[in-house]
Formats: sequence, structure tokens, C-alpha cells
Amino acid sequence: MLKKLLQRFTSNIDSPLMFISTVLLAVGLFTLYSAANQDASRLIAQGINIAVALSVMWVAAQVPPQMLMRLAVPIYLVGVALLVAVDLFGEIVNGSQRWLNLGFVRFQPSEMLKIATPLVLAWYFDKHEGEVRLRDFLVAAILLAIPVGLIMKQPDLGTAMLVLAAGFYVIFLAGLPWKLMLGMAAAAGAAMPIFWSMLHDYQRRRVLTLLDPTSDPLGAGYHIIQSTIAVGSGGLKGKGWLEGTQTHLDFIPERTTDFIFAVYSEEFGLIGNSILLLLYLALIARGMVIAANAATFFSRLLAGAITLSFFTYAFVNMGMVSGILPVVGVPLPLISYGGTALVTLFLGIGILMSIQKHRKLIQT
Amino acid sequence: MSLTEFRDHERDLYRFRRRLAVAGVGVLVAFGILFGRFTWLQLIRHEYYQTKAEDNRISVVPIQPNRGLILDRNGVVLARNFSAYTLEMDPAKVEDPEATIDALAELIEISPRDRNRFRKLRAELRAAGSLPIKTRLSDEEVARFAANAFRFPGVEIKARLYRDYPFGELASHALGYMGRINDRDLEQLAADEQTANYKGTDYIGKVGLEKSYEYELHGTTGSAQVEIDANGRPIRTLSENPPIAGNNLILTLDAKLQEIIEAAFGDYRGAAVAIEPKTGGVLAFVSKPGFDPNLFVDGIDPQTWAELNNSPDKPLTNRALSGAYPPGSTFKPFMALMALELGKRTPDYTINDPGYYTLPGHTHRYRDWKVGGHGKVNLHKSIVVSCDTYYYGLSTDIDIDVMHGFLSQFGFGSPTGIDIPGERGGLLPSREWKRKRFSRPEDQRWYTGDTVSVTIGQGYNLATPLQLAYATSILANDGIAYRPHLVKYIVDTRTGEKRPVEPEPVRHVKLNPQWLALVKQAMVDVTRPGGTASQAGKGVAYAFAGKTGTAQVIGIKQNEKYDEKRIAERFRDHALFIAFAPADDPKIAIGVLVENGGHGSTVAAPIARVAFDYYLLGKLPETPAVQPVAATAGAE
Repeated sequence: MLKKLLQRFTSNIDSPLMFISTVLLAVGLFTLYSAANQDASRLIAQGINIAVALSVMWVAAQVPPQMLMRLAVPIYLVGVALLVAVDLFGEIVNGSQRWLNLGFVRFQPSEMLKIATPLVLAWYFDKHEGEVRLRDFLVAAILLAIPVGLIMKQPDLGTAMLVLAAGFYVIFLAGLPWKLMLGMAAAAGAAMPIFWSMLHDYQRRRVLTLLDPTSDPLGAGYHIIQSTIAVGSGGLKGKGWLEGTQTHLDFIPERTTDFIFAVYSEEFGLIGNSILLLLYLALIARGMVIAANAATFFSRLLAGAITLSFFTYAFVNMGMVSGILPVVGVPLPLISYGGTALVTLFLGIGILMSIQKHRKLIQT
Repeated sequence: MSLTEFRDHERDLYRFRRRLAVAGVGVLVAFGILFGRFTWLQLIRHEYYQTKAEDNRISVVPIQPNRGLILDRNGVVLARNFSAYTLEMDPAKVEDPEATIDALAELIEISPRDRNRFRKLRAELRAAGSLPIKTRLSDEEVARFAANAFRFPGVEIKARLYRDYPFGELASHALGYMGRINDRDLEQLAADEQTANYKGTDYIGKVGLEKSYEYELHGTTGSAQVEIDANGRPIRTLSENPPIAGNNLILTLDAKLQEIIEAAFGDYRGAAVAIEPKTGGVLAFVSKPGFDPNLFVDGIDPQTWAELNNSPDKPLTNRALSGAYPPGSTFKPFMALMALELGKRTPDYTINDPGYYTLPGHTHRYRDWKVGGHGKVNLHKSIVVSCDTYYYGLSTDIDIDVMHGFLSQFGFGSPTGIDIPGERGGLLPSREWKRKRFSRPEDQRWYTGDTVSVTIGQGYNLATPLQLAYATSILANDGIAYRPHLVKYIVDTRTGEKRPVEPEPVRHVKLNPQWLALVKQAMVDVTRPGGTASQAGKGVAYAFAGKTGTAQVIGIKQNEKYDEKRIAERFRDHALFIAFAPADDPKIAIGVLVENGGHGSTVAAPIARVAFDYYLLGKLPETPAVQPVAATAGAE
């Protein structure tokens, strides 16, 4: 009886995804303990975040893809409406307008669009399955441009890029012609100067300091220089858990959140980094397998885009911390401290699980 | 589901999987780039970043040594150190220092003077690191800042050692003061190869003993390897090489005597130097007004500096060391000795003083201070009553260059070599001096008329109060000259070993004991009834040898009576007095100068008297030695 209940309860949970996520979460908690200077309260707070995120995952895993498809447009519209609301009524924190205060909770609608955008695009392409024409890519581009534009306006370049990436993955997987893609790349290249002129000063500075961090060693370049030192000084085996000097002497900024990889890297070295890369690779691989075997065009596109988003988060974060990408506010998936990112991630994982579970149901 | 549909579906799935595979390759490439980057950082460049991390983490911090103490001859501490919490800011690490101070002012009271001082320091010291905003914080202020320290990167509280002068103004011109190391000091430190030893030292002796014995007092800087965090806050000490405290100075100075003499000056400006004739040890070194050297210890604020610098009383001028005044009649005992030694006068030689002197073949009258003259005057009386005419007469008998040769043996005309910097040598003229001094040929010639003024300590004749005391000490010590010095011992703090500053006999002035005895006796009679300083010598319990003097501040025209009462205070004559006692076995010699004091007898001599009464008898003055400026025209 109890066994049966447990089986019902876990029936939609994908063991490989669950296993990999759990390992990553564990790595994250160990690293967080060190990054937070062995402050157990941070660990407890993150534990609560994990509990909430896992619940979200469980719920998402129960929702069949068809229902998601039906909800795609409403979710997307609500998301865009909230972005407009942020623009009109949002709170300004650190110079950008990202937060919406609902009285009992403050949240960033832009976070929601990380899922809502690929959702609506997958819905759209599914509608036109088999007869996707050039015009559809144009419509998709518009559907994508609206949230991305609004988020850039906040301004939140990092999230805008991630939403853009998630949406682009859908379009790419839906079969965007290579010629068109090359043409767009060329156009984007040509538009770079215009794009550059639209950037805020601090955003430009971030890009410039990436090119030459030493140009501003005490200002914007400081983060990159210090995190690079942390990574490099970690060596092959790392300095050992809780032994990172860069970490524990405060040289790493934002070390529980966006820069937690510097902590991990300093303490666990190249071996640790390789293990982490393999863990992410496993997560991505599992997601791709789910996408490849998904029942509908919608599920495939959605699963593929979610999976590639995970890749993007991991790549951008590690690239930023090790000094090959500009500093944008992207947490390291499943490792960084923070509830919002975790909920979004597990929502994605839950959707992947649901897609995996429902892969055969329609085919017959 | 139709077959075509199924085929389409199969084809779509195939296309999708191909796209997915492309993406997968992209993922692998991207992770490959990351792995490459990690390998580059963590394997190939590991050593470089390892060093960087260590440099970040470990800082070699200099440990400032305790500065040596300065004590008087009886062990009274005149300069010491205290540790105080200081609020400091490194302007280079703070975006807007002024705004930061505004924010700090909400926690800790920061006065406009503190702000001005900080601005001045910032302007003066471009790359100096952390600068004090406020010194001597209370424990409460320290606690309040500590609770808010996170809001103020680049601002910190440091425990610093400061110089402290417990007696304030006392002996300030001998002790000197400390100040922040400036560019010029840095150059000097580099020249002396002391730069390394002064890392971690912010203050250096600027004048006085603090400057001349800087390297003795400073000590050896230690160092510590300290682990620091990103804000530069020390976390723990990894290793330490302790500093060696500076050496203590034990002075020849007697703080109590110093205090008594300073008090004896009352509101007068002036200087007095007391010397132990048998060693050259300086017993008191007074220059009035003084200043409080404590004002300088943590960097003086511009306003106070301006007040001190622009005061008409010139409290920062070391009158004893660098104030050159006409010696006036205090010059006469030396003139008398010279006349005897050179055989130009005998003790019995007598003149008849009509109250003035004319050079042979001239009509110009060189007036005696006493209208109508002193009558019959021999050498003894010339000193006792301070007869000018007697000395005017020497101008034709002794050539100026001969005078120069003899009198320079008493230290006139050249610095004494005392162990504090900034000394001036006064002026003892010669033909050569005048030739060099003036440019027009007629000015370059030496006239006998020039000599006339020199004989009574006027004209081209200047001495510092220190030189007067030195000359007196040589006379008192029968011609054996010891270099004046303020430091008796240097005490090595490590070994406790006392390194004496040996009394240095500079020279031995060959003097006939008979003539010496005569002059000394005349000087004793100066303080006895009938002498010019009889008032000051009243009831004295020892043989008190002295000589009064008056130095003109403004010239008096022929046939014009100098009316002291009508002359503004600033143009009143300077009062001088030299003395030593006991005359038969001198233990103390003194030179006193009171600016605008009028006559030496009324103002300067009493200062010497209270000094001697204390030093020889242990007697403390009952009433102020000098009455407030209401000097009467005394006898001289």
C-alpha cells in the first residue's frame, strides 16, 4: 500500500535527471558552506529554496505536455503583461527596474520569460508542424523580440540574452534555414555598432573590462581579476575544501551567488572543474535524449530549448568567472545560492520529466 | 494517421534530431573551450596565479618601533609616547573622500580643524597611503565605527604611537617637535640610507633634539608577515620580526630650573641659556614665547599653524639659538680681559670720564650712558659701573682684527656647535668681514669709528643668547671651553648601556690667572652695592658674578636723551645679563636676554638670580622675579 503510494508519487520522476540534479545540488551545498564562511544559516536557507524548487519540479512533472501547450499562450501573455507592468510600476534596485512588488512577495517577471518564451515558440511551431515557412520564423522572431526588448529596457542584459538564447534554440531546432542563420549573423555583425550605442555605460564597461581587465583593476576589472586568480591558483587538485584563500579572505565578490564557481574552482582545482563539466554534460545529454525521444514537435522543441538553456547558464557563468565572457548576472545552475534561479531550473527539469513520462502516450 | 503524415513526421523527427546533434556538438565545443581555459589557468599558468593569490593574501607590514624617551638630568620625562586610536583614510581607495568624511561625521565628531588638517595632508602628501582624519578616538567612538566599518572601505582605525610632551611648552625650543615626513625628509632619509627603516613611520623630528637625535630616537623598524583580507584588514600574523625601540636621551637639562627660568620671564619675550661651565652641559635652554609641541604630533591644522607663524611674538623662532642681538655691555668683561692680556691696560690705569669720548682729531662725541660721566675710572670700576668711555678708549689701542682674533676664542662670531640644528653664529667683525659684507668701496673700509661701537657691544656686533652663555662659561671656567650640549647620555634600550656624550674641551684660552681673578672680582662687585646689578644681588648667599647689558633697538641721535617711558614697548632696548656662580668655583653660567626689557639690571639680572638661587641653593622663587612691564630707569 505504502509502496504503491510511493510509486505513484515518484512515477513521473526521471531517475537519471533526478540523480544528476541531486549530485549537483550536493556539490552546490558543499561549495556554499565554504563560500558562506561555514555559516550554516545560508545552508538552511538554500535547503528551503531546494525544497520549494523540488516541489515545483514535482508539480511540473505531473502536468502533461498537452496542458502546457494549452497554457503556453496565456502564460506568455501574462509574462509580457508583467514585464510591461514592471516598466510602469516596477521597483528600481541598483539602477535597474526589474522587480515587481506584489505586497507579499517581490519577484522578477523576466525570470518567468525564461520558460514562457520557449513555451510559446514551441507552441507556435507545433501549430505549423510540417509546413513551417519563412513567414513563421518571422512571427517567431517577433514573439521573441517582445520580451527580450522589454527585459533589455529594464535594463537586464544578462537575462535578456538568456531569454533570447532560449527562444533562439526553439527557432534553431524548429529548422531555421542555415542560409537565413548566416544572413542573420551577418546582419547582427553589421548591427553591432548600433547595439553598442544602445548599451548603458556600465554594460559597455563590462565588455571593455573583459577585453582588458587590467584597465580598471580596482573598479569593474576587479571581479574578473580576482576570480581568475582564484581559478588559476586552484591548480590541478585545488586548495582543498574550506581552504581557498581568495574565498576566505574576501577577494571573491558575490561568492555565494554569481561567482560561486570561483570558490569551487579554487578549492577543487582542475579535477573538480572537470567533474563539474561532466556533470553538466550528463544533465544536458539526458535532456537531449528526452528531447530526441519526445512525442510531439512541441515537446521536442521545448525539451531541447530547456536543455540548451541549462547549457547556456553553465557556460556563460563559468566563462564569466574564468574571464572569457563579460560579467553578466547569471548564476551557476544548481550550485549558486538563490531561490528564483533554482525554481526556474527545476521548473524546467520538471517539464523535461513530464515530457519524458508522456513520450509514448500520443504516438499510438 | 496517414502514411505520408507518418513519413513527414519521421522526416521532421530526423531533422530535429540532426539539429539537436548539431547543438550537441556546439555544447561539446563550448565545454571544450571552458576545459581549455581551465587548463590554461590551472595547469599552465598555475604558478603565476598562485603567486598572485599569495601576494593578495600576504602583506609584509612594518612594525613601528617605540621612539626613545627624552628625560632631563634627574630622570624627569620630557617626551614620551602614547598609543591612540586614529581614524584613517586612504584617499586612493575612496571614491569621494569629502563625502566619506561627511558620512563619518555622523558617527564620530569631526571638527572643522580635523577636516582642514586632512585636506592639508592630502595636498602635501600625494602618494602617502593612509592619512589621519581624527586622532585620539575615545573607546566609544572606536566601538561606533567598528560597528559601521563595513560601510567605509578604505577607512580604518589604527592604533598609532604618538609623541607626547607632558609639560607642554616647557623646553619646547630645546626638544623641538615632530611632523609628518615630507618630500624633503624623504630625500634626506634616502641620502642617509634610512628609507627602509622608515617604512611604517609617518612622523619625524623636525626641529630641536627630536631632529638632531632622530636616528638615535627612532629605533629599528620590525616587520610582520600578515595575512590580510580583500579590504586590507589583517586576519592573522604569520611571522614576526619585532622592532627595536629607539634609544633614550638623558639630557643635561634640569627641568625644574628650566621651568623656573621660563616662569621668571613672565610675559616678556627673550631667551636664556644656562650652562655648566665644567662640562658644557646645558642646564636650561629657554626661548620665550615657546609653543606646545603637542600641537604638532598628529599634524598641525592650518589655522593653528598660521596663528603660530604669524604671531608678532614669533613663538616658533628659537631666540636662544638663532636670535642675534647686540651683546651690549655684557661684552665688556671680555674686552677688559683682552686689554689686560694684550698689555694695553693695567689694573691701575685710570681715565677721567667726562661722559663722552672723541676720537683723536674728530669732534664726534661717543656718549657714555651716564650723562656727565663716571669720573675717575679704572678697569675694575669700568666693569662695576659699566663705563662706556673706558672701552671707547680701547678702539685706538687695539686693532679690530686683533680684537677679532682674541674674542673669537670665546666663541663670538661662530656657532657654538650645540647639538640642535639651526644655530646662528652671530657677528664678530673684522676688516675682511666688512670687505665681503659691503659692495661699495667706501663701505668696505674699516673705520676706527666702527671699532668704537664694537667695544661696548654695539654696531657690527651680534651674539645669540647661547653664545653669550657660552662665552660666560669659558670665562667662568678659566678659559677652558667645552662645547655646549643638551644630551648627557644616550641610553641603549636593548643593553641598558649608557653612552655618555663626553664633555669636549674645544680649546683652552690662555689667560693670566691674575687678570682673570681681577675681571671675575669686578663681576662679583657688579651685583654688590654700587654695582649695576646690586638690586638683583641683594642678600645673595654665594659669590654672584655678573654683568648687565643693554642693547639698543633704535639709534639715538646726538644730544638726544633716551626716554624709555616715551618709547613704544617694541622699540624699547633689549635687556641683557650674563652671570656665573659661585665665582670661585662656578657651577652655572648664564646668558639672559629680555627683548624690549629696558635695562639689564632690572629685568634680565633677576632672572639669573632666581635661576642661581634654585640651582645652587634649591630655593624656589616666592614672587615673580620680574615685575610686569613697568621698568624704571635704573642705573647702569
